[in-house]
Amino acid sequence: MTFFRMPKDAKQPPAQRAQAKKANRAEMTRRDLLRSGAAVATATLAPGVTLMAFGGSPAEAAAADAGKRWGLLIDVSKCQDDCTACVSACSEENGWGQGEHPETDAQWIRKVTLKNKATGHTETMPMMCQHCEHPPCVDVCPTGASMKRADGIVLVDKHVCIGCRYCMMACPFKARSFIHEPVINQKSHNPRGQGTVESCTLCVHRVDAGGTPACVEACAAEGHGAIIFGDLKDPNSEISKRLAEYPSVALRPDLDLNPGVRYAQLG
Amino acid sequence: MAMERTIYREIKATPAVWGTALLLAAFVGGALLSVLYTEHHGHIVTGMTNQVVWGLPHVFAIFLIVAASGALNAASIASVFGQAPYKPIARLSAVLAMALLIGGLAVLVLDLGRPDRLLVAMTTYNFKSIFSWNIYLYTGFLAVVAVYLAVQMNRVDYKYVRAAGTVAFLWRLALTTGTGSIFGWLVARPGYDAAIMAPLFIAMSFSFGLAVFILVLTALFKLSDRKMGSVLCHRLGNLLAIFAAAVLYFTVVQHLTAMYAAEHAGFERFILLEGGHVTFLFWVVQVLIGGILPIALIYLPRIREADAEPVWASVFVVIGGLAQVYVIVVGGQLYPMEVFPGYEVASSFFDGEIASYAPKWPEVVLGLGGVAISLLAVGLAAKILRILPTNLNDVNVPEA
Repeated sequence: MTFFRMPKDAKQPPAQRAQAKKANRAEMTRRDLLRSGAAVATATLAPGVTLMAFGGSPAEAAAADAGKRWGLLIDVSKCQDDCTACVSACSEENGWGQGEHPETDAQWIRKVTLKNKATGHTETMPMMCQHCEHPPCVDVCPTGASMKRADGIVLVDKHVCIGCRYCMMACPFKARSFIHEPVINQKSHNPRGQGTVESCTLCVHRVDAGGTPACVEACAAEGHGAIIFGDLKDPNSEISKRLAEYPSVALRPDLDLNPGVRYAQLG
Repeated sequence: MAMERTIYREIKATPAVWGTALLLAAFVGGALLSVLYTEHHGHIVTGMTNQVVWGLPHVFAIFLIVAASGALNAASIASVFGQAPYKPIARLSAVLAMALLIGGLAVLVLDLGRPDRLLVAMTTYNFKSIFSWNIYLYTGFLAVVAVYLAVQMNRVDYKYVRAAGTVAFLWRLALTTGTGSIFGWLVARPGYDAAIMAPLFIAMSFSFGLAVFILVLTALFKLSDRKMGSVLCHRLGNLLAIFAAAVLYFTVVQHLTAMYAAEHAGFERFILLEGGHVTFLFWVVQVLIGGILPIALIYLPRIREADAEPVWASVFVVIGGLAQVYVIVVGGQLYPMEVFPGYEVASSFFDGEIASYAPKWPEVVLGLGGVAISLLAVGLAAKILRILPTNLNDVNVPEA
């Protein structure tokens, strides 16, 4: 079965293209930001490397392309039981997961083991924010800190989050984590804040730079290619073609949230 | 003994009043220290986790907010339904309603991950959120009841008192509907997502609020050495039994409805049979101590005539009420969400597992601090405002 294996030509070049683009775009972003007086949000670490403090601010959200809807397609049959490359890559990329308190530590992505009660069939798959079209977390957030960008990525504006945790009560996928302790080893592209809520950003900093999420890259690097990232609105994108051709499901379809994350070969 | 005109006077600053105030202030101080401690170290020092995100502070906060609405019972019955015996206690009723709400909101705000961003919460709204609606319902309630209290305390035509009382009565129904809907509108979790949450919370407010009112009224009269006959207290007690029965009724309907749906059978089995301390809190504390016992006290011969009977019934309703809110808030989170019906689920993030929750002292101290804020506020109001009648002897309570 090779349904969801990425074609070789599609696997490498976009990532490389993204890297090249990233450097140019970073330079451009810095100049633009300096000109607009928003340099406070920008930190230059080394020549050519500019990291913009990501807080999912309204300005950044407004820059998202409404013509796109980013999503993931996860082929459960390709997800290996003993592999957690996607989890490690996300943790490394976004700077979470160094804690020692499993009940309170953040988990943006996790491997879930499912055993069919009727048949005994067991499988594993990654779970993360499902980036719903109608996200309950956004509906219930009193301040609007939980928000959905025009391109479908659901984020938390950590400057506006008051830490009420109502979004965690409302999310049907247990996708969100509350930061219970002072945070260490933060990544400059993903400032985290004690007392606020966070979840998978679909690696928005990479996506905005033309790249793909870290979990997708890691899964492909392992040779599994179980996760495909792409634009659900583009009928010619790899993800749209796969979705159109083969069956897939959304989690909790009864809630009609139309998640941006879809699962194939589940069950 | 002839009936006297109802006279309202401030309570005197006796050593007993000062002692009580200092004790309550100590609790408030403890709560503030607990907040500093939690904010410094993070919520890791509490028993809350990513599984149980709302813990004991929310139990106290929601109890106080629900009780705030019910504390207005006496005033509503007097002004809206024209029952004269309740008129002398209507002012205290309004003040207690505001005080309980302030205490509850204080706990809610102080338990935020970022309480320093209160200004953000008050200036940045998402109007689709029931939480945002509640911010308006809560602040609006304070304003409406303040006006209601003002017209009661000034010699204005009674039609204005009735008008303000009617607005306050309708507002409190909306307020508790909003509080219940915080849970009722949560589609994700099997323990919530039920329209009955709103009427259940309204019934809870009638019961818990009246119980707290009876206790505060009795305590203030004892503290200020004023006379209170047993007729009014028993009248309130009888009403409390009816409200406690209403809470039991809605609780029965809530669980029967959920049990009928196969998808909720697991959750119901957890709460009613296999939930350990939650099951104990439900049957023994909520249903038995908080429901059946106070109702029995009101109707059992001999016991029902005892002077202290309404007070004991109130104590039981308050204890049962806290347990009920705990079962709803914490019990609803302990049971895992059904993301994959038909599958056994396991993960490093505790999917598919019954969570555990053990409150730690910062939560307990913060919750008790909220109660202390409410009581201190009502005591302070009784000290500086003329809200407490000097005499509630049986002959002084107006006829119905």
